[in-house]
Amino acid sequence: MSSKLLGERIKRKEDPRLIQGRSHYVDDIQLCGMLYLAFVRSPHAHAEIKAIHSEAAQKMPGVLAVYTGADLEGRLGLIPCAAGMEGLKVPPHPCLALRRVRYVGEPVAVVVASGRYQAVDAAAQVEVDYEPLPAITDLDKAVSSDSPVIHESLGDNIAFVAKLEGGDWKAVESDASLKVIRQRLVNQRLAPLSMETRGVVASYSPGEDTLTVWSSTQIPHLLKTQLAVMTGMDEARVRVIAPEVGGAFGSKLNVYAEEGVACFVSRQFGKPVKWIESRRENLMATIHGRDQIDDLEIYFRPDGKVMGLKCHILANLGAYHQLLTPAIPTLTALMILGCYNIPAVFVETKGVFTNTMSTDAYRGAGRPEATYIIERVMDMVARELNLDPVEVRLKNFPPPGKDIVLATGVSYDTANYQKTLKKVLTLSGYKKLRREQARLRKKGKYLGIGLSTYVEICAMGPSSRMPAGGWESGTVRVEPTGKVTVLSGTSPHGQGEETSFAQIVAEELGVPYDDVTVYHGDTNQVPMGIGTFGSRTTAVGGTAIYHAAQRIKKKMARLAAVKLGAKPSELVFRDGKIETEDGSKSVKFGEVVGEAYFAKQLPPGLAPGLVENYVFEPPNYTYPFGAHVAVVEIDNETGEVNLRNYFAVDDCGRILNPMLVDGQIHGGLAQGIGQALWEEHVYDENGQLLTGTLMDCAAPRAHQFCWFETANTETRTPVNPLGVKGVGEAGTIGSTPAIVNAVMDALRPLGVRHIDMPLKPEKIWQVLRGGSPQVV
Amino acid sequence: MIPEPFEYHSPQSLEEALRLVTEFGEEGKMMAGGHSLLPMMKLRLASPRHVIDLGRLSELRYIRESDGWIEIGALTTHFQIESSSLLREKCPLLPETAREIGDAQVRNLGTLGGSLAHADPAADWPAAILALDAEIRANSAGGERWIAAQDFFVGLMTTALAPGEILTAVRLPPLPRRAGDTYLKLRQPASGFAVVGVGVRLALNEAAHIERVAIGVTGIGPKAYRAAAVERELLGKPPTARRLAEAAARAADGVQTNSDLFASAEYRKHLASVYVRRALELALERANP
Repeated sequence: MSSKLLGERIKRKEDPRLIQGRSHYVDDIQLCGMLYLAFVRSPHAHAEIKAIHSEAAQKMPGVLAVYTGADLEGRLGLIPCAAGMEGLKVPPHPCLALRRVRYVGEPVAVVVASGRYQAVDAAAQVEVDYEPLPAITDLDKAVSSDSPVIHESLGDNIAFVAKLEGGDWKAVESDASLKVIRQRLVNQRLAPLSMETRGVVASYSPGEDTLTVWSSTQIPHLLKTQLAVMTGMDEARVRVIAPEVGGAFGSKLNVYAEEGVACFVSRQFGKPVKWIESRRENLMATIHGRDQIDDLEIYFRPDGKVMGLKCHILANLGAYHQLLTPAIPTLTALMILGCYNIPAVFVETKGVFTNTMSTDAYRGAGRPEATYIIERVMDMVARELNLDPVEVRLKNFPPPGKDIVLATGVSYDTANYQKTLKKVLTLSGYKKLRREQARLRKKGKYLGIGLSTYVEICAMGPSSRMPAGGWESGTVRVEPTGKVTVLSGTSPHGQGEETSFAQIVAEELGVPYDDVTVYHGDTNQVPMGIGTFGSRTTAVGGTAIYHAAQRIKKKMARLAAVKLGAKPSELVFRDGKIETEDGSKSVKFGEVVGEAYFAKQLPPGLAPGLVENYVFEPPNYTYPFGAHVAVVEIDNETGEVNLRNYFAVDDCGRILNPMLVDGQIHGGLAQGIGQALWEEHVYDENGQLLTGTLMDCAAPRAHQFCWFETANTETRTPVNPLGVKGVGEAGTIGSTPAIVNAVMDALRPLGVRHIDMPLKPEKIWQVLRGGSPQVV
Repeated sequence: MIPEPFEYHSPQSLEEALRLVTEFGEEGKMMAGGHSLLPMMKLRLASPRHVIDLGRLSELRYIRESDGWIEIGALTTHFQIESSSLLREKCPLLPETAREIGDAQVRNLGTLGGSLAHADPAADWPAAILALDAEIRANSAGGERWIAAQDFFVGLMTTALAPGEILTAVRLPPLPRRAGDTYLKLRQPASGFAVVGVGVRLALNEAAHIERVAIGVTGIGPKAYRAAAVERELLGKPPTARRLAEAAARAADGVQTNSDLFASAEYRKHLASVYVRRALELALERANP
């Protein structure tokens, strides 16, 4: 094809409207007669609700109503959990708390007012009598038999216990030649912190009996179904629109209380209702990520070959299940062996309720935890044996190939971990760095070099292994003018698929890129789909569109063949024409489009029009991989970490648009490095959130980073015809252990094996002066 | 993130502002750039009935030099200080401090006077002002007075300003010969405020002994302070590396040290000594070109 679009740095179709502030997020939507909501939230982590006094608030100017949990009981359904795990305990999760509150920020009542400020002022006047109960925030305490129980009807605080076992453990445990390391790793809680907070506008039209909901969501279709169930409405009468969504990172892959309440209130009043989350609410009442304690036993040979890995995971679920809460830590177990052929594995995961906000999918969702574990394991083994971490990794990689099955039972589509590692070692000048490190050590200076060779699981996924379907739909419609409309069931929110989808379709149909317009996110406009998460949108949604384009091509080729007296299989689509390879027989694209719509001389059996839909069911996940090198300098007086260099080589399969891949990698690196060095979302022992504003919650900022040196290898996946794997989470997954490994490498002369994240300077200072790092 | 209701006033002259300040007393709150007050109001940590916006008083927005003294109007923004060629030449400590404050948006709106009057224990300006031996002008209906920087910071977010007074200007004495200064800071990664911030100005005499030294420290205790114990150790002495280090070890002597999620009291104390020593070394380097 002459018009080469795939693989090019095509500018994003999304950017002009976004950069100029000319598009619409939820808060930009203004409807006539709109009412506003403000939520009254629990200041206690755990308490009985004795009484709610709303009389004063009801009398405030502009206030129309105040609802409590009791008002909604039986009238608005519970917040759903889609994770269908065997034996999972699912506590009831009402949209407004009933009788008891279980985390700080839990909605207790809602004020409806005709003005936004009036609603907030009135919410401050709602008085709630609480009787505080002991709060449980510590995982070890929460699972002990004498712990207070958060959901009394469930008996204890353990929501589930899941086991994953593979390989010959008897052989490993009876092999006296193996060395063993035991280590606890804490993967701290984080706030997803998208730039746009959550928000919802619900508008019920009593005459038509239809409910239109604008929500800042990643899953408009799933949300539509759930809101229909919660409100008791006929699903065909509910429409959900995800307008511009200003980031999500998994936090908007959910169904939230406020969405349900907004729909309920709109139906009560027959008026549009708006709620926009404040940043404080965002930090306390939007799902959090990570929060695991991982107790490891590593069995390995003196040559560096790891023979067995045991891990007991305590996963903090928070007080209730949100949509996928309990499913997230199971991904940690699944990916715990990373890219290493370790013959025996045992993982026991306990999901634990605590008096905190629910955890759920946050960029990487279970895989960053797995990668952190296994990449720290490789470095701890190297340290114990005094081997170079590169050597230990090479010793444990499987040979390059396809369909590689590890002891976890996971089947990796493609693997060539040696290739990315080799490339990043060259890119970073690894050997030279090691020499520099040796020189500096003699001067008492601490330079650290950290590796991470990760593999992750993407393109979610085969429906058999997904909680609510893993397929995706795509429609390609060639309009009578020859312009092309693409409809996707996915719901991109910053990733840039309006661009990559248009590239795919323009390339396939041989039409100008500017002639292709992509729509997504409106359930009345696009076909049913699953949504955007799990690095799936291009690999699964893009493939559906690719196939729909093939169907269009097949039909158009038949029409063109009649016109040209050629066989359809001889024809190619390029430069706005459909023609034979040598160009001797050629017809304009638009002419064939005309044939399809005017339908004067259609071949027998061919229906008029040019619209094709395709639903793609992926046969497997994809498994992108990469190798990162971080270089850090430690201030040997203060413990401050300076990130000097970062090198990332990522293999996300075929690259459709390198600029989009760079964007995903850079942002992902920032979030992953942020976890390693700065971020932590902290509750105190009373369940109070200590990092409840951006004054305390250390989200990474651009100025804190060095320049990222990025490169790629392209190992195409056989799982889809585009050969793409997914890249949305790779940077986050790969970078966290690279940084921690680098810092621990720097501190190696001090004899300390591990420091938990975030690597705040004080922890390192404690080590520098010969103390224990765990004090802080 | 929505403040409680309040009345907004925008006086057009200092005289009018003083009248409003007196009229509303404790129910009024002055606002300069708004970068401390508005977040507190949005979090409902502050709920003044009346906000008196001094932002229109362009008469308080200037940087000028006379008789060797430099005077800066209270409403001068951080960015104006950061980019002032006069200050870069005569008093580089100030632009250096300004550059460390918040981010570009904050520096474009936040003001020197607003920050000083707010007296956040981790703000940058107090350390710089202390190191420069500056004086702060307070205007009231009854006239004006100058307050020495050392007397200005009274306690946690409290200053020597009396009710009815408006902070209107800061003036700096002439830079001594053979002097050097600097501001060094460890930023809290979330807030950007100082975990520790150290402003130093020192001057050498003919014999290259320390003739004058002033060290302002912020972020460590409930208020910014002069590290007097360190200064005493250094005055009149030759500035050897060892002496600087030994003196700097006393940087937090007698200070009730803050402790938070990012840094314990003990660590802060340690940071104070390291940063004071480093700032002394750098200032000395600048005094000895």
